[in-house]
Amino acid sequence: MSDTVARAAPARPRSKAHAAFFDNLGKNNPVFVQILGICSTLAVTNVVANTVVMCLGLIWATAMSNLSVSILRKWIPPRVRMIVETLIIAVWVIIVDIALRAWLPDISRQLGPYVGLIITNCIVMGRTEAYGLANPPGLSFIDGVSAGLGYSFVLLMIAVVRELMGSGTLLGLRVLGKWWTPWSIMVMAPSAFFLLAIVIWVVRGKIMKEEKK
Amino acid sequence: MSWSTLGPVAVLFGAVFTNNILLTNFLGMCSFLAISKEVKSAVGLGAAVVFVMTMVNAIEWPVYYYVLVPLNLTYLGFIVYIIIIAAAVQLVEMIVERVSEPLYQALGIFLPLITVNCAVFGAVLFMIIRKYTFLASVAYGLGGGVGWMLAIVAMAGIRAKMAKAKVPRGLEGPGIALIITGIMALAFMGFSGMMRAS
Repeated sequence: MSDTVARAAPARPRSKAHAAFFDNLGKNNPVFVQILGICSTLAVTNVVANTVVMCLGLIWATAMSNLSVSILRKWIPPRVRMIVETLIIAVWVIIVDIALRAWLPDISRQLGPYVGLIITNCIVMGRTEAYGLANPPGLSFIDGVSAGLGYSFVLLMIAVVRELMGSGTLLGLRVLGKWWTPWSIMVMAPSAFFLLAIVIWVVRGKIMKEEKK
Repeated sequence: MSWSTLGPVAVLFGAVFTNNILLTNFLGMCSFLAISKEVKSAVGLGAAVVFVMTMVNAIEWPVYYYVLVPLNLTYLGFIVYIIIIAAAVQLVEMIVERVSEPLYQALGIFLPLITVNCAVFGAVLFMIIRKYTFLASVAYGLGGGVGWMLAIVAMAGIRAKMAKAKVPRGLEGPGIALIITGIMALAFMGFSGMMRAS
């Protein structure tokens, strides 16, 4: 019995988990397609280290809240689900905040309010609403991780460009030599908008080309 | 930079121009990109944000300094802020519905959106991290809201003019909107010379 289940099962669950994971990285990537959740994280992309920490926090928050919402989905009354979801997310973000303050006080100070702002990041809320409420916990967790990863990937690209060109360093280490004149615009706000627009342009252009074929 | 010593007027001015919550802190981007297609709805959403942000900052300040700090509950801050914002938005919605039907028609659909608007939550967090006085906090809420409204209305105006312009296909919609926002942010950087908070 268990044998047949084991043999019959893989085809569907694995492909579902596979889809849950890879769709979020590519064609369903929250940043490219829905342009969601850039608020809280774009601001910290001028330094790669901060972006990495922030992205890890976001992946954690998305995955854990998706998991908890999914576990509780049968008991959450539909009318108040938004506020319940928000509170669940807030709990996980508070854990991130406390952990950062204890272990990485410097980065925590630099990130300032942006850690807390993960709560209002539309991606976290969007995933719990669109996926966690309708799917079993395991898949929801995977979905949360991959949504977070897909998002982090875009932000890391932006962060690498900004830190490299803005200060000539990567993760605080000097990469470009003395000949490099730092572009101070790159560490300021406008460059993040331009870079994100370029990323979206490139990716959308590619998606459109593929759709034509 | 010491933020806590700035007077309310300076805070207000700074929040509108030099430290625009949208253009320098990237807050409220989601609704900014989604609702900035028409000037009319941009004005409605902007007005709702100004209203809620000022009110929420005025409520959260005493809650933080007279309840959370004495009880040593500051680690629960995020949850408390979110609940207060949700409750305040709900309350505003009910009052507006009772008091003025046309205003409700204009603002009504935008109010629920504000609960998850990062700008409102961000303004509360900034106000606490920067240790503003009560008056400065209210001024910051008002200024932050007005700054956000200014940005979204300007954006909606530009997008309306852009409607017929030819844009590379991959850039249509959010892509070009981000580039316009970037240019606006560049323009707003010009104000930064007017204030020196150091």
